[in-house]
Parts: sequence; structure tokens; C-alpha cells
Amino acid sequence: MMSALISAATPTTTWYLVLSALLFGIGTVGVLVRRNPLVMFMCIELMLNAINLSFVAFAKRMGDIGGQTTVFFVMVVAAAEVVVGLGIIVSIMRKRPGANVDDISALKG
Amino acid sequence: MELFVFVVAAAMILAGAIGVVVRSHPVHAALSLILTLFGVAVMFVAQEAHFLAAVQVIVYAGAIVVLFLFVIMLLGVDRTEDIKTEPFKVQRPLAVIVGLGVIGLVTAAVVASRDVVSSRGSGLVTPDMADPDSNIRQLSRSVFGDYVVAFEVTSVLLVVAVVGTVLLTRRVKPVVEKAS
Repeated sequence: MMSALISAATPTTTWYLVLSALLFGIGTVGVLVRRNPLVMFMCIELMLNAINLSFVAFAKRMGDIGGQTTVFFVMVVAAAEVVVGLGIIVSIMRKRPGANVDDISALKG
Repeated sequence: MELFVFVVAAAMILAGAIGVVVRSHPVHAALSLILTLFGVAVMFVAQEAHFLAAVQVIVYAGAIVVLFLFVIMLLGVDRTEDIKTEPFKVQRPLAVIVGLGVIGLVTAAVVASRDVVSSRGSGLVTPDMADPDSNIRQLSRSVFGDYVVAFEVTSVLLVVAVVGTVLLTRRVKPVVEKAS
């Protein structure tokens, strides 16, 4: 009885999409709550991963490799974005050690 | 079995994600991020995206998190941050409300439209023992065939990102006055 129930409940695409929504929501809360720019960046990575997960789930569901190709490009752009963002953070932190995002809300030099 | 993999990987993902948000030490947050990224890689394997799972481990867990840890060490911010005091009284309740709203809306949309999305196209080729690299072949046909222009533009993007970062982080040398 129990094993039949477990074997019947195979995860469907909806499960993956709901998990992706949870991950995206946690990332959103992190970006809104945390004030350390590095940790905010990590939360943005969480949100990107949530999107990647939903793309892969849709690729499986629709039988289309295009979803996986999109994830490939998202990863490349995420890598470029991390490089630029960390460069900005390093150059700000070098001038003001220990700055958080409220201290650097004015972008003009 | 599939259910077991899903539950374990989902627990990894959610535990890691919550760890990123609530851990006050930046290094601990980065390590929690690794947990999440590995969980997502497991999900990719479960969804027959084998090449993307390998890229996920190599690029994200291997390169990006190491870059994060490197910057944390370089800047010397590897100390516990005071996250008990909140700067604005309403910020955290509002953030939680926004997060729950996002989760609720997306979940409602997903559940409401769960029967709408249907299969189309030639379908994913599931790799098996007879043809283990079919996923890579299919993905590379797509990247280097249908999306080859986007692929070339991506190379331009990477060059721009590297050059821009070098320009951003370069120390301007102080002009040395020539002793006359």
C-alpha cells in the first residue's frame, strides 16, 4: 500500500516549478533584507538558479532542447555579471572598507 | 526512487537558500550557496539535462563561488555581520510579505496552468547506455546551429565584461613629479 503510493507519486513538472518559485522567493527576500553587497549578489545567484531550474523543467515537459540552450546562455551571462559586479564591489570597498549598501546609495562620485 | 531524489535535492536547495539569507557570516553564506547549487545540479540530472548539470558544478560551484570567497578574503569582510539590528523598522516584515506574495502568485499560476503546457518539437533524446552522449549532441546542435548568432554575441559580451572589469579595478598610479 505504502510502496504503491510512493511509486505513484513521481515528481511532475509542477513540483519542479513550485520548487523554483520557492527558491526565487527566498532569493527575493534575501536581496531585500541583506545589506552586505556580496550576500545580495549571492541572493541574485539564487534567483538565477531558480529560473534555470524552471527552464530545464519546461524543456523536459515540452520536449524542446531550446530550454536547455537558454540555461546555457543564462549561465554565461551570470558569469559575466558576477565578474563585473565583484569588480565594482572591490573598487568601492577599497575606498571605503566595511561599506554596506545604504552607505553607497548615492552612485555619483 | 525519483521521489526520493526529488525530496533530498529539494531539501538541499531550500536549506542552502535559507542559509544564504540568514547566515550572518559571508563565508558561511557562500558555503550555503554551494549546497543550493549542488542541489540544482541534481535536479538537472533528474530532468535529463546532463551536460548542464556538469556545467553547473564546474562553472557555478567551481568558479563563481570560488570568486566570491576570493573577494570576501581579499576585502577582509570575513567577519560576522550584525544582522540583529534592522535599519528600518518595517523593512523585514515588508520583505517577507513581498517574498510570500511572489511565491504565492507564481505557485498559483503554475498550479492553475498545469495542464496547459503540452509537448511539441522532436522531443528530448534521453541518453542511455547505447548512446550516452546524445544530450550533449542535441544541445550542441542547438547552440551551434539555431543559436549561433547569440553564441557569437556572447563572446563579445565576455570580452566587454573582462575589459570593463580591468578598467574598473585598475589602480590609477599617482603621477610622480619629476625632480628637476
